[in-house]
Amino acid sequence: MGTKKRIVIREEYCMGCRLCEVHCLVQHSQTRNIIKAFKGEFPKPLSRIIVEEKGYVSFALQCRHCTDAPCLQACITGTLYRDKKTKAVLCNEDKCVGCWMCIMVCPFGVISRDLKNKKIASKCDLCLPNEEIQSRSSSGSRRTSKKTATFGMGEELPVCVKNCPNGAIVFEPGEKDALRNHW
Amino acid sequence: MAKRPTPTEFVVVRDEQKCISCQACVRMCANDAHVYDAQLDTVSVDNEKCVGCHFCETICPTGALTIQRNPSEFKLNANWDARTIKNITKQAQTGGVLLAGMGCDRPYPIYWDHILLNASQVTNPSIDPLREPMELRTYIGRKPDVIKLGVMSSEFVEKNKKLRTTNYELRTQLSPQLKLETPILFSAMSYGSISLNACKSLARAAASAGTFYNTGEGGLHKDLYQYGANTIVQVASGRFGVHKKYLQAAAAIEIKIGQGAKPGIGGHLPGEKVSYEISQTRMIPEGTDALSPAPHHDIYSIEDLKQLIYALKEATRYQKPVGVKISAVHNVAPIASGIVRSGADFVAIDGLRGGTGAAPTVIRDNVGIPIELAIAVVDQRLREEGIRNQASLIAAGGIRNSADIIKAIAIGADAVYIGTAALVAMGCNLCQKCYTGKCNWGLATQDPYLTKRLNPDIGTERLVNLLRAWSLEIKEMLGGMGINAIESLRGNREQLRGVGLSDTDLKLLGIKPAGEAW
Amino acid sequence: MESGLRAEKDISGCAISGIMDLTGKRFSGDEIISSISCMRERSNGLGGGFAAYGIYPQYQENWCFHMMFENKSALVQTEEYLRDNYKIIKDEIIPTQEDRLIRYRPLLWRYFLQLKEEKVKLHYDLTEEDFVAKTVMEINTQIKDAFVASSGKNMGVFKGVGYPEDIGNFYRLQEYQAYIWTAHGRFPTNTVGWWGGAHPFGLLDWTVVHNGEISSYGINKRFLLNYGYTCAFFTDTEVITYLFDLLVRKHGLAFETVADILAAPFWDEIDRAADKERELLKRLRIVYASALLNGPFSVIVANGKNMAGLNDRIKLRPLIAATAQQRLYISSEESAIRAVCANPDRVWTPKAGEPVIGRLKE
Repeated sequence: MGTKKRIVIREEYCMGCRLCEVHCLVQHSQTRNIIKAFKGEFPKPLSRIIVEEKGYVSFALQCRHCTDAPCLQACITGTLYRDKKTKAVLCNEDKCVGCWMCIMVCPFGVISRDLKNKKIASKCDLCLPNEEIQSRSSSGSRRTSKKTATFGMGEELPVCVKNCPNGAIVFEPGEKDALRNHW
Repeated sequence: MAKRPTPTEFVVVRDEQKCISCQACVRMCANDAHVYDAQLDTVSVDNEKCVGCHFCETICPTGALTIQRNPSEFKLNANWDARTIKNITKQAQTGGVLLAGMGCDRPYPIYWDHILLNASQVTNPSIDPLREPMELRTYIGRKPDVIKLGVMSSEFVEKNKKLRTTNYELRTQLSPQLKLETPILFSAMSYGSISLNACKSLARAAASAGTFYNTGEGGLHKDLYQYGANTIVQVASGRFGVHKKYLQAAAAIEIKIGQGAKPGIGGHLPGEKVSYEISQTRMIPEGTDALSPAPHHDIYSIEDLKQLIYALKEATRYQKPVGVKISAVHNVAPIASGIVRSGADFVAIDGLRGGTGAAPTVIRDNVGIPIELAIAVVDQRLREEGIRNQASLIAAGGIRNSADIIKAIAIGADAVYIGTAALVAMGCNLCQKCYTGKCNWGLATQDPYLTKRLNPDIGTERLVNLLRAWSLEIKEMLGGMGINAIESLRGNREQLRGVGLSDTDLKLLGIKPAGEAW
Repeated sequence: MESGLRAEKDISGCAISGIMDLTGKRFSGDEIISSISCMRERSNGLGGGFAAYGIYPQYQENWCFHMMFENKSALVQTEEYLRDNYKIIKDEIIPTQEDRLIRYRPLLWRYFLQLKEEKVKLHYDLTEEDFVAKTVMEINTQIKDAFVASSGKNMGVFKGVGYPEDIGNFYRLQEYQAYIWTAHGRFPTNTVGWWGGAHPFGLLDWTVVHNGEISSYGINKRFLLNYGYTCAFFTDTEVITYLFDLLVRKHGLAFETVADILAAPFWDEIDRAADKERELLKRLRIVYASALLNGPFSVIVANGKNMAGLNDRIKLRPLIAATAQQRLYISSEESAIRAVCANPDRVWTPKAGEPVIGRLKE
């Protein structure tokens, strides 16, 4: 059922607590332990979700997994690819050379740099289950699959959705979703 | 020297090992009790600002925070306790009236906790509500003394002889009634005292559970008209937001005379809370104080009340019940009797422990009587006068759980209003700082930074859950007594017994002491 | 006496039986005694009694009070009170015969009364029935050790402590002729029985025999208070009697309608009913909510013109009915019917809340 669902933001209920960032970071850390992720991992893991704020309006933003995604066209190495099953835009980090063209073209500014590794790092993967991450494009090597599999969390819900205390981030079927509208 | 109120009420304990400096607490505290130091990458606490609402504790992702009462103590003194010293200090500093939110928190006897329920054994089978019907449906409104039937023509009888009662033509008209699927209503909380999201949650929950919420005296926001069928609109002394459409949108109208938390006192919504939306809803200029006078200035006597009741009935073509809400005061029984005789279809009585957004502390804590006694004497008085059926009784003020509800009904209430319990369901932890407008839970505030903290979808769900849970518990207790319809418990004081009560209390409550048989 | 009565709220697992001749033909008490004695198992010897209609044809215009006195002074006081308000047409001891099982007994007396003209004028706002009911309530509550067992016309209640067949024998019921007989064998669970507390309970022409416990007693009692009825005996049978009196005599409702009030259908059922019926049932439930009898019961209620059986809304107590030619039988058990009528035309078990009504043919 996880397929074709997309993260939808309800900014009228976003409190700006940034717990989504905290949990996203933990989810994409090595240990996936909140205390260790913050206090014991170097380099410090990065959140793939960003809370934007102005005045009392705030909302969490992450990759929209656009239908007509500019980052896919801009990527020169095939690092970014469309997952066949979920239609999510995913990232095969091993292929990334750090040209950051995706960052240049992303209309939402939701891909951010991993300065330490000179690669892209902050790219929402919808916390997809392992097997879905592994069902990447055929170019992915066996070794990389194993490594990146650590990012496949096997969560029913993306952790930002699950941990939002106020229902401001929801995971909804994406048929009539905002992908096109956003882009 | 200029003494400040010390020590602080609460101490925020932060487990440094667990704190990850994510600053959720810093961002979320409307009172600025948490402070982030960027240089040290640590979060510290200003205990003086903490009100004990526990929002930070709830939001903290690592459970690093604990809110404790400050263990610092004054010299023990039975007359001059810490609260008294602090209050005097505060008033010496400000020269003002002390304010408080929520209901009276003083340790007066809670009679609910001295009343026990009955259950069937041997002579009468108890009923399992999971397997057999158990009815909570309740009708609020005026009931006639008698139903008149005229015999129908023999032809009609012949045609309908399969139907058991259709051979009688109904001749008695019934006054408008409110149909409740469970005898619990949400009590009056105005848009202004609480946020629009809180109002929406209450309205949607009432609609979903088949009951009613009450607008308080804050008028009806345009977004809430769609829930009109589950709305009781209030007409209070300030007449805020009262107009034809408002009255017609509602299912019932309530004239507010008094409130349990502040009998004899009016209301005051400070201008800073009167936003554009509130000014539109209340029909007052933006930014002006909304003052509700202590009395209705067109009601100085019972006959004036009668005029207002009938003015409202006229305005709504006698299609909606019109009730009156009073606070429980010493003379409540005769007052209620007068109200019923003035034509009220229901009387809501708000007891000593009823809540408020803001009231002078001294009034909140010292004026009025407990709802248990008020309901008991009013019900008895109305029955003695033979007019109990002419109006429904709604008990309000400090109803904490389903046991309180069933006891209130057994004493004689038709239904209960819950206010504080509904707020707690939506997050409130009774920090009693409603009057500051800095409710971290997004309930008692109009600050757009804070109001969005209550997602009405979540609020609705939690309220519906609460009503469901309490209804199930009420059914269980009813079944235990061998009763399968709530009306057979209403006013059925034989099902109650008192423990640890004086003879006078028992007499007023109209119940026997525990241990005494029928 | 107050405290003695208070302890008397009777909770019984009892036997009830009733026989009616729909044409008004009278028959002796033998049959009802055989019927009720068949269910001896159900009672415990702490109360039995009978109601009989049509037994005093020669005094059918007069109110007949069956009285129980604990002592002579109660009798003197009561007579004085009655004489103030009524012309005493006749008074006599109620004839009894020795029965070694009936040990203690109060003084049993009956009066045939006619209301004084001046009293009628004085109480112009009351009907004659209201006045008599008032008399009954005043004697019961204000005269110590006096109890009115029945107060109707051309009828009487014969009851006491003992097994019903012994009570029937003691009162020589074989010698009476009636067209309605009801009987009761009692199993009070929490007190020793007393003579006044036995069933049937009577007020005016009404008599009620009852098996069950009314959990809604507390509110039924207070509902009746709203209409001026004082419940003095702490028995649920008393409230049932007064409810019938209120709803049938004062509010003019038919027995069927009263059944829809006392054993109201569930809201589910009401919601499903056809428009007109739904509206009626709904209003009955709303207006007479506090008259709903909740808890297990089966009752046989009679006045001079009708005998009706009724069960609680989920049928927690037994009730069975039968017809044989012009006779209607209602009883706790089929055996009690078969004992006196071996081959009835029809035997059936009424549904919960469905009344069985026998009407006297004109």
